[in-house]
Amino acid sequence: MCLAIPARIVKLEDDRAIVDAMGNQFHARTTFLPNVKLGDLVLVHAGFAISMIDENEARKTWQLIEEIDQFNDTQNKVSG
Amino acid sequence: MLQRIRKAQLLMDAACEIAGRPINIMEVCGTHTVSIFRNGIRGTLPKTIKLLSGPGCPVCVTHQGYIDTVLELADRDDCLIATYGDMIRVPGKYGSLETKKSAGNVKMVTSSEDALQLARDNPGKTVVFVAVGFETTAPATAVAVKQAAKEGIDNFCILSNHKLVVPAMQALLSDKNNRIDAFLCPGHVSVIIGYGAFRKIVEQYHKPCVVAGFEPMQIIEGLAEICRQIIEGKPEAKTIYTAVVTEQGNLTAQNIIAECFEPVDGYWRGLGIIPKSTLILKDKFSKFDALKRFGITEKPEEDTTGCRCGEVLCGLIDPPQCKLFGQTCEPQNPVGPCMVSSEGACAAWFKYNRRKKRS
Repeated sequence: MCLAIPARIVKLEDDRAIVDAMGNQFHARTTFLPNVKLGDLVLVHAGFAISMIDENEARKTWQLIEEIDQFNDTQNKVSG
Repeated sequence: MLQRIRKAQLLMDAACEIAGRPINIMEVCGTHTVSIFRNGIRGTLPKTIKLLSGPGCPVCVTHQGYIDTVLELADRDDCLIATYGDMIRVPGKYGSLETKKSAGNVKMVTSSEDALQLARDNPGKTVVFVAVGFETTAPATAVAVKQAAKEGIDNFCILSNHKLVVPAMQALLSDKNNRIDAFLCPGHVSVIIGYGAFRKIVEQYHKPCVVAGFEPMQIIEGLAEICRQIIEGKPEAKTIYTAVVTEQGNLTAQNIIAECFEPVDGYWRGLGIIPKSTLILKDKFSKFDALKRFGITEKPEEDTTGCRCGEVLCGLIDPPQCKLFGQTCEPQNPVGPCMVSSEGACAAWFKYNRRKKRS
């Protein structure tokens, strides 16, 4: 529910980004992280990047998401 | 890893010995609840550590009156309801959004941005965004409202039920029947509000507040940190989820919340009215407030099902103590919101722990 997903910024225009999480690409806004740049890893929640995150931590969360096996559901269930 | 678990267990044992009784720790996040069950964390804890699932799932704390108001708006021909998927199956007095979906005026969205796009694409309808969630989703709603104001998108509005976590934790502790010794604080809400936000709870009630991430070792070490504080008799607001949680949180997101919303007294399922706990739009954005737009008031609170989700959310009972649990109330046919949400305490108990009845 309040689980944010780590994703890498693969395209960035102003505060509008396309991000990649475990091969899934989707839109995200970077409004709350004014200093992000292309290639950065961020935590995305309900369509917004809320924090920077490092590679190691991102990997751990991706693993957790795979384990919880709700990644597909998560895309439609993000309120929190 | 085994060494780290053993070290945590020793701290927990020592804390219980000093307390001379079991220690009750409440996790205030639905994702923690699921991770705890999914990873069998309760099984690794001493029997004297009891975990309580708190009001950490936004679907679960949303009161029936709000759901009934959304359902009323869904019946209007001139409205389009935009909702996160979580809310779709929550039962109101007459059906759920899922039952209204076939009529075509309920749409699932994954962000407030999608809801705003629906408004752009459907100029003949007023899009009502079901604005629920804690401090993680509130800034996203605020951005959509600001964008609607900037672009002059007049057929967009929100029915706000955004909740603030800290006032709810204070309300729980101010109940003299509460049995909470400490809080395991939510990870991603804390990314926004910062762990410093829990300091007022520590100062007022002298209970440890520790932020942890969602992987099993984070949760176990978060619980151990709480026990260390209990042993030393020095409760603190602290994070062990240092990868993303800072003391101040995300100030840009906090400022956007403050620009658009103000906190008012609000109703929570099970907890009743909590002072300054619910966000409504400030006057300058009032034309985007669905209640004002349609000149309606929220429906009264009516629940005659015998559902005890409220007591579950307060940590007063465990789900199996509700007589509906696993009988008339199951994930496929839920009566209460804690069974609807995949991160609700009842759904987690049902899925992972059904056979174990605990008092």
